[in-house]
Amino acid sequence: MAEVKWMSVAQVKEQIRDSSAEEVTARYLETIEKSKLNGYVAVSEKAVEQAKEIDSKGHQGPLAGVPIAIKDNISVQGMQNCCGSKILEGYVPPFNAHVIEKLQAAGAVILGKTNMDEFAMGSSTETSHYGPTLNPWDLERVPGGSSGGSAAVVAGGEAPFALGSDTGGSVRCPAAFCGIVGLKPTYGSVSRYGVVAYANSLEQVGPLANNVSDIAALMDVIGGYDSRDSTSIDRKIPYQEALKDDIKGLKIGIPKEFFGEGINPDVEKAVWDSIHRCEDLGASWEEVSMPNIPYALASYYIIAMSEASSNLARFDGTRYGYREKGENWHSMISKTRAEGFGVEAKRRIFLGTYALSAGYHDKYYLKALKVRTLIKQDFDKALSKTDVLMAPTMPNPAFKIGEKIEDPLTLYLSDVNTCPINLAGVPSISVPCGFTDGLPIGLQVIGKPFDEVSILQAAYAFEQNTDHHTKRPPEVA
Amino acid sequence: MITKEDVEHIGWLARIEISEQETTEYMEKLNSVLAYFGQLDELPTEDVPPTYHVAEVFNVFREDVVKESLPQEEVLANTEHKQDGAFKSPKIV
Repeated sequence: MAEVKWMSVAQVKEQIRDSSAEEVTARYLETIEKSKLNGYVAVSEKAVEQAKEIDSKGHQGPLAGVPIAIKDNISVQGMQNCCGSKILEGYVPPFNAHVIEKLQAAGAVILGKTNMDEFAMGSSTETSHYGPTLNPWDLERVPGGSSGGSAAVVAGGEAPFALGSDTGGSVRCPAAFCGIVGLKPTYGSVSRYGVVAYANSLEQVGPLANNVSDIAALMDVIGGYDSRDSTSIDRKIPYQEALKDDIKGLKIGIPKEFFGEGINPDVEKAVWDSIHRCEDLGASWEEVSMPNIPYALASYYIIAMSEASSNLARFDGTRYGYREKGENWHSMISKTRAEGFGVEAKRRIFLGTYALSAGYHDKYYLKALKVRTLIKQDFDKALSKTDVLMAPTMPNPAFKIGEKIEDPLTLYLSDVNTCPINLAGVPSISVPCGFTDGLPIGLQVIGKPFDEVSILQAAYAFEQNTDHHTKRPPEVA
Repeated sequence: MITKEDVEHIGWLARIEISEQETTEYMEKLNSVLAYFGQLDELPTEDVPPTYHVAEVFNVFREDVVKESLPQEEVLANTEHKQDGAFKSPKIV
């Protein structure tokens, strides 16, 4: 059979019909075995068995036999779920996340769990207890984060698509750095049941794939209402029906605040070239103003850290995971958390605890929530005049491993263009739009809440009329 | 400004033990991040309501119906610190 690396889902399905799911799965497992990317933290021992079962039952379901990689903060019953952290060493969830239930019902084969920044806190996948994942485009560079493992394995041909989670850009950042497509859905459109929480009010499960069609196919499976997620919204979104190669009349807003002083000139040029390409295809653009965007990063981090300090309180060594010895309850927990959490996780827990504490809650947390309201209003206003917004996904291409990790503020600033979207809860997709020095650049297409159709259509039409998404990383080809 | 005493107190609240050296390191790093956060003070927000999350759902209830839950052995499967069908933890003093 043909090499399965970088096949689209449609092509994989063809191979499954011509050969078998078992054979396709075995090919992916071979590729994974040889990989040097450190994208997977656990490979499923049941993948081949699962594929055989699907072969024997006649390939029922829209994703029958198609392999998928899952970020290691999404519960897959019987497989580790360690969130890149020592504190969850050995934890094996006894239940499936809603999105996993949907994937299994659709016939997908889970290849394994992928590496991530510890508890999804980071933009480089360098904070993982499993060590960094490498960028397939340049093995000395980061894949982005926190879903860097999911992005690297898709870009590296080790899975046709993957699930990540996006709290402040954690799907879009690695999609941009790895030259693939990543979608952050509207808040509430995909269930978070069974996803380990970093910052609940900001995060969503999101797909990563080599093309827009596969993103839509995956969304049709994982999207939808779930009563076990109390922020779940019951609204149908016709993802695959959005795939039309037609953007005549599309109104694009260009928010100037997303093209600030920190944007790399090559990134800016690639994005503007993309906007002009859309113009050639019949779209129009106008500049829009979003005056509160410069305050989004500070607001995002205060809210995310505050929520994280509360969410991560559950990791106390009592019911699962790592446990240190201690003379009493307080000392056991304090030693466990000191040893079990990494540096970045502890830093954020400290900042979040402080921002929520007596005397500081109003100055930091409440203020950040009010700024969040202003940012949401900026998006509502900008998107009332335009169909979509376009901007760089990341201010720069992938940086070198080790380059930013020692200075937290420098690393936080990387999220400047991605975190406003999470504050507003709107959908946003990153598509490859060019290269600089052999490194991919991502274009971000942002839409109204639940209007994934507009951003998918814009991204699809752009993709169909450019060839960036067909390029493959030379390091792993 | 966060002082060393603040850092120690936060560590106690968060139940994370930190060494003397870490206390100093944390104080410096946290203060540089908080200085950045201080820019929010530039924005007037007196009349702005907070947004806790953007989903327009509130007070999501469900009927109080008994459903199947995890078997006890599965609940206890992820730890070796258990006894007589319960989790075991050090005493609180």
